[in-house]
Amino acid sequence: MTAAVTQRCLLLSQSLLLRSRSMISKQTPLRTLRGQRHTACGFSRAFSSSTGTLRSEDKVTVHFINRDGEKITTEGKIGDSLLDVVVNKNLDIDGFGACEGTLACSTCHLIFDENIFKQLDPITDEEMDMLDLAYGLTETSRLGCQICLSKSMNDMTVSVPEGVADVRQAADMGLTPS
Amino acid sequence: MLMRAGFTDEDRVIVHSPESKHPLIGEYEKGARKRAPGLGVPWTRQNFHFIQTSRVFRLVVCSFRRYLLLTEATLCHNMSTCILRAPVSKGFSLQFATTFAKKTSCYGVQRLGSTAAPQPQVCIVGGGPAGFYTAQHLLRSHKGVQVDVFEKLPVPFGLVRFGVAPDHPEVKNVINTFTQTARQDRCGFYGNVTVGSDVTVEELKQAYHAVILSYGAEGSRSLGIPGEELSGVHSAKDFVGWYNGVPGNKDLKPDLSAETAVILGQGNVALDVARILLSPLELLKKTDITAGSLEAIADSRVRRVLIVGRRGPLQVACTIKELREMINLPGTQPALDPRDFQGLREAVQDVPRPRKRLTELLMKAALEKAAGKEAEREWSLRFLRSPTHILPSPDRSRAAGIRLAVTRLEGSGEHARAVLTGEVEEVECGLIVSSIGYQSLPIDPAVPFDLRQAIIPNRMGRVQQAPGLYCSGWVKRGPAGVIATTMNDSFDTARSVLEDMESGQLDTSTPRAGACALHTLLKQRGVTPVSFAGWEKIDAVETARGREVGKPREKLVDVRDMLKVASL
Repeated sequence: MTAAVTQRCLLLSQSLLLRSRSMISKQTPLRTLRGQRHTACGFSRAFSSSTGTLRSEDKVTVHFINRDGEKITTEGKIGDSLLDVVVNKNLDIDGFGACEGTLACSTCHLIFDENIFKQLDPITDEEMDMLDLAYGLTETSRLGCQICLSKSMNDMTVSVPEGVADVRQAADMGLTPS
Repeated sequence: MLMRAGFTDEDRVIVHSPESKHPLIGEYEKGARKRAPGLGVPWTRQNFHFIQTSRVFRLVVCSFRRYLLLTEATLCHNMSTCILRAPVSKGFSLQFATTFAKKTSCYGVQRLGSTAAPQPQVCIVGGGPAGFYTAQHLLRSHKGVQVDVFEKLPVPFGLVRFGVAPDHPEVKNVINTFTQTARQDRCGFYGNVTVGSDVTVEELKQAYHAVILSYGAEGSRSLGIPGEELSGVHSAKDFVGWYNGVPGNKDLKPDLSAETAVILGQGNVALDVARILLSPLELLKKTDITAGSLEAIADSRVRRVLIVGRRGPLQVACTIKELREMINLPGTQPALDPRDFQGLREAVQDVPRPRKRLTELLMKAALEKAAGKEAEREWSLRFLRSPTHILPSPDRSRAAGIRLAVTRLEGSGEHARAVLTGEVEEVECGLIVSSIGYQSLPIDPAVPFDLRQAIIPNRMGRVQQAPGLYCSGWVKRGPAGVIATTMNDSFDTARSVLEDMESGQLDTSTPRAGACALHTLLKQRGVTPVSFAGWEKIDAVETARGREVGKPREKLVDVRDMLKVASL
């Protein structure tokens, strides 16, 4: 990829984003609306979606272990976020990605294997702010909307934690339904 | 004809009159000839035509080139006269019947699939996140269930529309998934219907197999201190409702003329109120904040906001993202007292990471000197203070100050208790916003309600001692948590309903009329439900008006305006 192509792609994705932002108000199907996600992987996705059919080198296999223990194996494009994968492949994970990748919830919380976790891009304060509120937080937890697929993630397994409740509840609530 | 509408030979159909719960017309089955009582029209397969327009099946019986459209509100013979006057083309005019059907509201048909598959009718009371997430889960998990969502206002989405702050648009993205749910064939939306007065829960129980109460918390906890009724004192629920366009709060007219405002409570809602009071106008005017409140805020003289809590920094209920936002708010500075944080660095070493990071951020904000010019607007967190009196102005016409008792902590961590020390202090202010919690209210005597806890008594979403009644969301667990918490909770209730259907605890073998049974009733009571398509018209008008002024939407704040647009 030359610098000129990179620049063109950036402009293309920016103008697409601007145009499609103004379309949000119209009744666009959910797919298009979802396309406005602010994932950490925006640029590469815009580029890959403007090409034709993808070569197999551009895809990785990802296994999801759902809450009920069921294993879902799927493919994702390199550069897509894990939220993109769940949405694009319409995986049956209830309530995943409520805020559509804008770091305003913790429902895309995923648990990674130790070896994959170590090589992930460092977590930002903004991600950690939301991750800290996730239910069932572990040492190898991250938010799926911030994790971009790379070649080294091929064949990795991620688990969907039990329950996606955010812990932002009043501290002294003390209400327990009978 | 039947094929065209997606029916097969195996389909059985029962036609209801909404006036009675029992099938009026009779049943049609393949090849069978049945007399339709009251019609004198022999029923054969050739006579039967179904048209599916949007989510409702219209039934047109055609015989001897006479068309009878069966609708919910009118009796058959009226309709037949009406149609006979219309031009009748040779053969069956699907187009004509479709147009006619669209103009009238027809709920007279309930389609049954094969005799084996049940079509349970479920009613959800409340069109906010709890209602929609419960509906979503039910529709995904059960391929035959019909879910109808009833909502008091003409517009759906509850606190996502009316509670989430205008400058947090990303949180509102869930509306997209709710919209997908509402647009499904098996999901009906009936806005502008107040359950408890327009229709009773008892009537809903007759019409539906299950009724799920998801109506949230429309009240707020009271302070219980003298002076609370003075002008200038508002609940956060009302204040937030005012800037978010809740029709009932549009005439709130909060007094923004004094320099100091006091907010009681230190949760995220308290921070929202503080942020909206102090945000630069250039930022606010690009949000969906209502025009009326924007105008009032433009003239606001509030420069200092005190956010008061009974306990200490380690018990503060807000979360780090919202606090960070406050600290970085342009044109403002935090005025935190470093003395409040003495000894805390050691105390947080072993607490869970979220609390640790939050406290560290607070300490940093307290100890760092603001770089550069001092900001014009200021906010502070006042700890260990409990309000005892709201002090009136000399002419007693409004609030002019607040008396705060100084407390100390007994115990530590999340469960520390505030205990009075005997000391008091007074703060002069012109606006007091009480942000100590929302509260659910009972809406119908047929629904058990725990007044002490202000929730519907339930176990896993099943209302106690009330078979067929369920609940989800804040009215089930109490008014706390974010949208994602409610989502999980709603899925749990939906699972309870599905389990009960499966086990037979909820008997879905006899068909129920669902919305059909209520249409005439509502009409007789002068209630015009707003459909989801009606909301989409309101949505289009709001977004178009917003575009004109550079906002995502300009909300309609009057129910009459909403109804007018919805009926266009």
